Amino acid sequence: MTETIENIQTRRGEDAGPLLSVRDLKVTFQRSGEQPFVAVDGVSFDVRPGQTVGLVGESGCGKSVTSLAIMGLLPERGVKIEGEVLYNGQDLLKLSRNQMRDRRGADLGMIFQDPLSSLNPVVPIGIQVTEVLERHRGLSRKAATPIAREMLEKVGIPDPNRRLTDYPHQLSGGMRQRALIAIALAAQPRVLIADEPTTALDVTIQAQILALLKELVEDTGTALIMITHDLGVVAGLVDRVNVLYAGKIVERGNRHELFAEPRHPYTWGLLNSIPRLDGTRGQKLTPIPGSVSDNLPWASACAFAPRCSQPIEVCREQQPELVEEGTRALRCFNPIDDEVRSGRTPDAQAPTSTQPRDAAYPTDDPKGDPTMEESR
Amino acid sequence: MPNPLNPNSKKDRIDSLAATAGDRHRSGDHAQPGGGVAVATVDDAGHVEESTGVSLLASAWRRLRRNPVFLLGLAITTIFVIVAIFAPWLAPHDPAKGLLITEVRQQTNPIPAARPGFPLGADNAGRDIFSRLIVGSRQTLVVGVMATLFGFLGGLTLGTLAGALGGWVDSLVMRIVDVMLSIPSLLLAFSIAAIAARPSQWTVIIAIAVVQVPVFARLLRGSMLAQRASDHVLAARALGVKRSAIVFRHMLPNAMGPVIVQATLVVATSIIDAAALSFLGLGNPDDRQPEWGQMLGAAQRFIYDYPALAIWPALCIIVVALGFTLMGESLREALDPKSRR
Repeated sequence: MTETIENIQTRRGEDAGPLLSVRDLKVTFQRSGEQPFVAVDGVSFDVRPGQTVGLVGESGCGKSVTSLAIMGLLPERGVKIEGEVLYNGQDLLKLSRNQMRDRRGADLGMIFQDPLSSLNPVVPIGIQVTEVLERHRGLSRKAATPIAREMLEKVGIPDPNRRLTDYPHQLSGGMRQRALIAIALAAQPRVLIADEPTTALDVTIQAQILALLKELVEDTGTALIMITHDLGVVAGLVDRVNVLYAGKIVERGNRHELFAEPRHPYTWGLLNSIPRLDGTRGQKLTPIPGSVSDNLPWASACAFAPRCSQPIEVCREQQPELVEEGTRALRCFNPIDDEVRSGRTPDAQAPTSTQPRDAAYPTDDPKGDPTMEESR
Repeated sequence: MPNPLNPNSKKDRIDSLAATAGDRHRSGDHAQPGGGVAVATVDDAGHVEESTGVSLLASAWRRLRRNPVFLLGLAITTIFVIVAIFAPWLAPHDPAKGLLITEVRQQTNPIPAARPGFPLGADNAGRDIFSRLIVGSRQTLVVGVMATLFGFLGGLTLGTLAGALGGWVDSLVMRIVDVMLSIPSLLLAFSIAAIAARPSQWTVIIAIAVVQVPVFARLLRGSMLAQRASDHVLAARALGVKRSAIVFRHMLPNAMGPVIVQATLVVATSIIDAAALSFLGLGNPDDRQPEWGQMLGAAQRFIYDYPALAIWPALCIIVVALGFTLMGESLREALDPKSRR
């Protein structure tokens, strides 16, 4: 294992540039007789080795579709994917199905939301780990077993020898998610996509899993794309945050900048709608009014305008562009200024992941068939 | 009535209470040497186990073990299988030999009555009915199991193809299956059995197996499709697992549950269908090898005067089919998460 860590570190040295860059990714769901639905619209971001990039937003904003598009897991029929996903300079979207299958698991790994349903219930954990090693490293099961044991140990599963032969239902929720991480990391992918990895877990377990992910990313120099709606997760783990709204990135920034000085009203609203432990007793939550169904089409307006706290006329007439400025980017005509911010600072200090989740903030993000979800 | 002022009265009362309490436990539980206490702990243990959460199979078995319907079905099936396996040793006579042929009078007494050594009498060829019933269970078992097995394998292949590949393969396979299902199953079995130049046990098996194929194929395809949309299959795809491995390791084993349950039910229908085919003379024409359906068919000629000749094989068919059905139904109920109590 140490040898491989060195390997990755040397690789990290060579690569000053981004390991994975997504350029103008656009995903359209088309069904005959129905209006095409643009789930992801011109999303671009970079991930460097060892860096954690977050995609944040509420249900239906296109987070999961983005991750599935990067992994090449969207159905071929009825879905149009445009743009580029460059991995080491190579466009993954141009690869054939078989080439992409060789990449998945080996170069790109993915962790899903619900650890129980993401594990095969009739196959022991050990075999689910060795399966990946057999597939991508060409090892025999016998040769792969010690590595599988090592992986389980590395993700903090006690007594890995016994767990190798255990079935998923015999593990606790936290153990299952650890096992899932072990499976995803078995073939040492350099990019790991975590799609709401802590949503199905208890808050105490959430913290453990986040700590584990952080440690693994730091140790191995894996680039991590964190998909979440939980700002606590963002605060605890993510280096760079992309806030998505209705398929577009509306704000981007480094974690501390974004929490200290949110500029987009949506980001501001998200931060404001988190209950605070140090708030005054009886203080009401400030939810973002309306729902995603109120959105305006991006083509002729700002989709967020109907729900915005400070819309101006131009918001309903013209599409705002994503303006880059140093480390930050913003898509807004009338950003939150210092005056509003000083009126009620939502979070100079980042929230912690152990805070209870807000009722006004949708936590149910079904991630089954994306077409089903988006067309609802 | 003891004197309440007597210092010993309280002690007496407690002693008598203790004695009756002990009696109640003992009378309630003859088999349990530990009495009531042991029963309570056994019950408690069961509750604890249930609350910790057990696998689907374990909890299904826990419920089946106490289900009288399942136990009855299991008992019938077990007895039937044992009788079939040891038939040649259990049968008192050779089922093919007309031992009572001397008793048969074509005009006055075509069916020899029961007598010592021949508890159910003999048929019109003087052969012992009891022995024929016992040995006949063999053919019934072979036909029931083999037809189910072949139907299962056929359905497995078609259902896997359709469910795993999807697209036009799925459409093609399912349309063929639809066509097969549109013909009444028994009629289809008759037609297939009638094609055979020389009817035998095997033509019966094949005819019935073909009829069962679409049922299995449809069922498996349905659960394969459900598996294809499941999270763990998506997770496996995200790991770059090859398609064959996804189908055979991740989809098929998880999709088999309802199909296996269906198989136990299909054994019952196979037995009935086989009997029907033999009854109509499409089965094995060699009546030296007894078969229940064929015995039933032969009994037709004497049905008014000697109904017992038909009742015995009919009863065997009914009981055995019932046994498999009871077992299959309670198995299905126990494994269906929706009907779990």
